[in-house]
Amino acid sequence: MAKDKKAKRAKNGLDTQRAVEQFLYNQAEILDERRWDDWLDLFTKDGKYWMPPREDQETGEGMPNIFYEDLFLMDMRARRVEHPYAHSQKPKNKMSHVIGNVVIESEDKKTGDVVARSKFHVVEFRNDNQRYFAGKYRHHLKKTKDGYKIQLQRVDIVNAEGPFDYVLQFWL
Amino acid sequence: MPDGILGNPGNLVEPDRVHKACYTDDEIFEQELDKIFHKSWIYIGHETQVPKVGDYWTTWVGRERMILCRGENGVHVLYNRCPHRGAMLCQGLNGNAGRTFRCAYHAWTFNLDGSLFRIPVEEGYDGTAFDPKDPLFSMKPAEQMGIYRGFVFAKLSEGGPDLDTWLGRGARAAFDDICNRSPEGEVEIVQNCFRVLQHSNWKIFLENQLDALHPSITHHSTGEAAAEMQKIYKQRTGDDPPMGYQFLADFTLPYEKWDSLSTFGHPYGHTVLGGYMGLRPRDPITVSHEEALTKAYGAERMDEILSTNVHHVLVYPCLSVQPPLQQLRAVRPLAAGKTLTEIWHFRLKGAPEGIYERSLAYYYHVNSPSTMVNADDLQNFNACHEGLSLGGGGDWVSFHRNAGQDPVENGVTTSVTGMSEQPMRNMFAAWKEYMSAGN
Repeated sequence: MAKDKKAKRAKNGLDTQRAVEQFLYNQAEILDERRWDDWLDLFTKDGKYWMPPREDQETGEGMPNIFYEDLFLMDMRARRVEHPYAHSQKPKNKMSHVIGNVVIESEDKKTGDVVARSKFHVVEFRNDNQRYFAGKYRHHLKKTKDGYKIQLQRVDIVNAEGPFDYVLQFWL
Repeated sequence: MPDGILGNPGNLVEPDRVHKACYTDDEIFEQELDKIFHKSWIYIGHETQVPKVGDYWTTWVGRERMILCRGENGVHVLYNRCPHRGAMLCQGLNGNAGRTFRCAYHAWTFNLDGSLFRIPVEEGYDGTAFDPKDPLFSMKPAEQMGIYRGFVFAKLSEGGPDLDTWLGRGARAAFDDICNRSPEGEVEIVQNCFRVLQHSNWKIFLENQLDALHPSITHHSTGEAAAEMQKIYKQRTGDDPPMGYQFLADFTLPYEKWDSLSTFGHPYGHTVLGGYMGLRPRDPITVSHEEALTKAYGAERMDEILSTNVHHVLVYPCLSVQPPLQQLRAVRPLAAGKTLTEIWHFRLKGAPEGIYERSLAYYYHVNSPSTMVNADDLQNFNACHEGLSLGGGGDWVSFHRNAGQDPVENGVTTSVTGMSEQPMRNMFAAWKEYMSAGN
């Protein structure tokens, strides 16, 4: 939190800004459309999706987390929600993401790697019940020949410390 | 609901079935708070939750909001209420009060044992009944407090058995087992409480904890996905997959395996489900744990400690403990159809870090807000509560499996099969006793 308040902003060109925004929009669309193979493909081989339970938590290693998943765990989660006997996926979740306030925090001149922060609002609908989530992302993006890949996506939801009404069946 | 039943709700419970009103009726729920949650020992928290003087956590006992705090001479359990105008003193989940609790409204301040420290304007009380030494003008402590091996309980009424007696052999085993696994004989709580709301009656959750028939059905999808990933992990990395996958894959064990377990019904509704997980593999972590325990207690005692294999100990009506995995879930009923669970895990003092990581993996996979396990449990709980709330379609809940077949010895029922509905019958026997009191 403290780091974000100091609010680093890179003097980047519009090209990076646009490329990162398009990457984030694409990720949101993949999630809304439940395209799990495409989701896994967004990450580097050692990529992680991390949602800490507190904003001041600085690592996911050896700590309790809401989410802390490598590609294997994400793959398992994707398989589980598509399993014919996953009865909490009957009916399935529907989600709608809106991403905004995209800021490039830093861009490595040599590698092109980027750290970007952004905000999200998500509406989820399932079984006649609508839930609403909001928070911020912090993406550590690696520039590869296939475009950006996520090395680490940190997700801080505003209600991380509150009681959860039901659980999160997959990533926000 | 049957006529006149509110006069004695114990009549809703028969040896092998219970009436749905036990779960859904608002008046029954209010009686449960009075007759069960205010008349039995309720888990408040662990001493290490409040390590420093002034530290506090807030929680629920029945319909009361309580504070667990550390004063100069140990921990206290206090009603979260200012005796002046009734405001709740601690609003947040936890914090440090400093040397006193201070009401935000008129700055009445209280020592950490609840006694009145001072009021801001002392004039104007001459000739009135106000007396700073009268407990009426202090924060009220819980009527009774008891601590067993660091686990703090409170009871909001006088009399009845003390904590040790009430826990008995069955429930004490939960805390003995978790603490004995530490070479120092003590555990330390990890300062993270996951709270999950369930839109279902509190008893539905407790029943599920000891229901050995449901895992391979309810958690089929997660178990199979985990088993698939174990193979893929090994293929891609050449390494054995982390233990977390096995925790989940175990849910697909066949019925025979579940039926080979035992459940034990103890007095006051405390109930135990035997262990099924292989938590003593020959991996370096377990071996180093064995070494640490051998050094502390000798080889024979080490073996005795680690051979204890229980999966769940249910301390009725408030707590589900999984000692070998160092976690617990406290149950806070908020309404007939609304239940809050508070979920914690522990470090074994002096044990290898790998043992903690094992506990952390279980905490993540089974108990975090992203759990792929409780996702399906909560769906079932909701479905049960909704179904039970309906008017027609039937009035009773069946607990007939192995009814009347489970042997009783010295007040302890041992199930003839793992999937016997003995745990539910045992809990309802206690429920009936509590709810019939005074009739």
